[in-house]
Amino acid sequence: MKYDVVVIGGGPGGYVAAIRASQLGFKTAVIEKDNLGGICLNWGCIPTKALLRSSEIHHMIKHASEYGFTIKGVEFDIKKIVERSRKVATQLSSGISHLMKKNKIDVIKGTAKILSAGKVSVNNETVEGKHIIIATGARARILPGFEPDGELVMTYKEAMVPEKLPKKLLVVGSGAIGVEFASFYSNLGSEVTILEIADRILPVEDKEVSGFMKTSFESQGIKILLNSKLSSIKKSNNKVEAKIESNGKTIDAEFDSVIMAVGIQANTENLGLESTKVKVDKGNIVTNEWCETAEKGIYAIGDVAGAPWLAHKASHEGIICVEKIAGLKNVHPMKKNLIPGCTYSMPQVASVGLTEDQAKEKGIKIKVGKFPFIANGKAIAIGHTDGFVKTIFNEKTGELLGAHMVGAEVTEMIQGYVIAMNLETTEEELMHTIFPHPTLSESMHESVLSAYGKAIHI
Amino acid sequence: MPIKILMPALSPTMTEGNLSKWNKKEGDTIKAGDVIAEIETDKATMEVEAVDEGILGKIVIPAGSKNVKVNSPIAILLQDGEDKSSITDDMLAAAPVAEATQEKPKTEVKQEISKQEIRISNDRVKASPLAKRIGAENNLNLNIIQGTGPKGRIIKDDVLKMISSGGASSGVVRRAIPEYSELPLSTMRGIIAKRLVESKQNIPHFYLSLDCNVDKLLEMRVEVNGATDAKNPEYKISVNDLVIIATAKALKKVPEANTMWNQDSIIQNNNVDVSVAVAIEGGLVTPIIRNADQKNIFAISKEMKQLASKASSGTLTPEEFQGGSVTISNLGMYGIKQFNAIINPPQSCILSVGAARKEVGVKDNQIAIVNLMNITISCDHRVVDGAVAATFLNAIKDLIENPSRLLI
Repeated sequence: MKYDVVVIGGGPGGYVAAIRASQLGFKTAVIEKDNLGGICLNWGCIPTKALLRSSEIHHMIKHASEYGFTIKGVEFDIKKIVERSRKVATQLSSGISHLMKKNKIDVIKGTAKILSAGKVSVNNETVEGKHIIIATGARARILPGFEPDGELVMTYKEAMVPEKLPKKLLVVGSGAIGVEFASFYSNLGSEVTILEIADRILPVEDKEVSGFMKTSFESQGIKILLNSKLSSIKKSNNKVEAKIESNGKTIDAEFDSVIMAVGIQANTENLGLESTKVKVDKGNIVTNEWCETAEKGIYAIGDVAGAPWLAHKASHEGIICVEKIAGLKNVHPMKKNLIPGCTYSMPQVASVGLTEDQAKEKGIKIKVGKFPFIANGKAIAIGHTDGFVKTIFNEKTGELLGAHMVGAEVTEMIQGYVIAMNLETTEEELMHTIFPHPTLSESMHESVLSAYGKAIHI
Repeated sequence: MPIKILMPALSPTMTEGNLSKWNKKEGDTIKAGDVIAEIETDKATMEVEAVDEGILGKIVIPAGSKNVKVNSPIAILLQDGEDKSSITDDMLAAAPVAEATQEKPKTEVKQEISKQEIRISNDRVKASPLAKRIGAENNLNLNIIQGTGPKGRIIKDDVLKMISSGGASSGVVRRAIPEYSELPLSTMRGIIAKRLVESKQNIPHFYLSLDCNVDKLLEMRVEVNGATDAKNPEYKISVNDLVIIATAKALKKVPEANTMWNQDSIIQNNNVDVSVAVAIEGGLVTPIIRNADQKNIFAISKEMKQLASKASSGTLTPEEFQGGSVTISNLGMYGIKQFNAIINPPQSCILSVGAARKEVGVKDNQIAIVNLMNITISCDHRVVDGAVAATFLNAIKDLIENPSRLLI
């Protein structure tokens, strides 16, 4: 078969690239060895949100009395919670199949191997594609000695489909994945310990966010060990005996399960890259601002092309890549500083742009605004007063350099700041924007005002 | 909201002006682009064009008002559905009329510029607020930037690129704002300006020009300069030194050219003093080699070096540059082929010397590559006639082409 565009991998990078390619008139195929939608839809973003929803509901029921309800004899079935999460994933995956059909995209089931520029082998057949887009994603990084067994030692994949709730759980790594699982299991009643090698959890976030999350998690009963590392584990009697090095001390502790969330590794193996000029550096495929690799006609998007490992980054790269192939005018390279990041724990975390420390390291004179949700009417009314909104401006130009939010629904609100930054607004336009009352988003306005000493409600 | 029409600035330095005339009256409908009023400064009269549409609700500053401050409201424009009651007092609050400023002495000729368009504003440029802010901080006129954002919108990167490249490599042209800066006049510049205007306006200049073959002159120069120790030379004769001595000796031969116009008489100089134009920072001076006809080439070369160095350091004494019979201006080192200098009054001749250049010419009745150098004389026709000037110029040429005579 001959195609204009062949996409390897049907995740949020690959299937979006394929749809856009088809829209632009390219004859397009997607090669996928598993389910359409990739990790994001099947084993990542979406099913975890379904799980977290269940845990939030559990949390709410536990606090129902605060809202005037008396609920007795609450029980949950972890199997049903998992079942719902799987159903959500299946529903969405079939939605993607429908979108492929609608856009007349051929979906080839199988494992692809690039033979040379322009040629891919799949199921012992050769598929020709003038343009080949690699969108094979990434997988959990496995540390030697801590290989997942699916029950005692898990990665995100096993952690997403538990058969029973671990009484004592160790989460190694406190990035978005680790923190979300910690929040999920803790809310359902597990005794959770987070192990982080850095000196704070969510180390890519603003320091204040990390600090706030630590306090908040600890008040929910989650134990946090910073500057700590798992040195060895021993499995016996369905338990994990862990040896932890924490701040120079050795701690022995027993857990029912361990979730390894120590990073991501790109899927570059067995792709046939050695028969091309495609370069791989530090495990990621090297690309330029248009997602082009060193081999003409071969492109890479999403996790396989490096951090940040986010579905929306992959999708956006897919669009840029295809539009550039089509020679559209007004295609712009991605502004990496404008990729928002979200963590769906309780409370949620959302951020975009520079942290306060990063801005200072760049030598920029800044103005920092901060507004706590405790001073927001809607937050008090709905009973979610935890968190704050922090904004960082360039003092000289009024450029919004970064925004950092912790609290209820902040993942739904960060977009306001992303739009503002993308349109290059200054503090002035943000100040003149009218925010509806009463909403949590008013805190976004107040944070901007506070950066310039004009906040009303603090 | 009614729109305030503000007193525009007609130039970067304007702080106030006179509102001479209203072309519209209250109640008139105004379309964008309509000429609504005329404004004048001491330099220009200009029309004020409406930017917005509406009805002229109120004229705040009546015609004939003087010293109206820039940016104070001169009229209020009403939009759809508004009437005079929409005009509030604070809209009328004008920047106070400036007190009569002390008039600057006007040394310059008045410029009469009429009907110029007024336009300088970044408000209507399609640019992001951040791009506008950075542009304003760097005094950039965004109008001339090509935007690379969606639909040509000017974004931060475009402005930063423009600033860092100075406009050159990015392919965009950077127009400096303000349009110009005013540099103070040095005393020397003032004197040069005054004397040259006088010269060119009062002296009937005429010009004669010819080429000299400098083959022999160049050869002799190489030979003479080769005679001294190359590592530690006692002297280094320049072509200009040779031109000075040739001019001096020629002037001695043609005393009719060594004269000056004196309104009701003619002054005949009895000495041959050659002024030589020396470019220095901010202008030029003309130090004098006195009695150059009597000095040998080494003496002239040495004296010229001393004078030039004193000229650059600004340490010439008045007697070293005041007076002189004739001036030499040599632009040969800049590769100039030919030019016509302005006479240095009260002298009546100035010699413009070009660069020695290779050309195909005739030598011993054969086509050959020859070295030519142009000399052009500018003369005051009140004292020096064409024949005298031609004789003088040919005498110089003769000496240059037969340089051994310079040694006599």
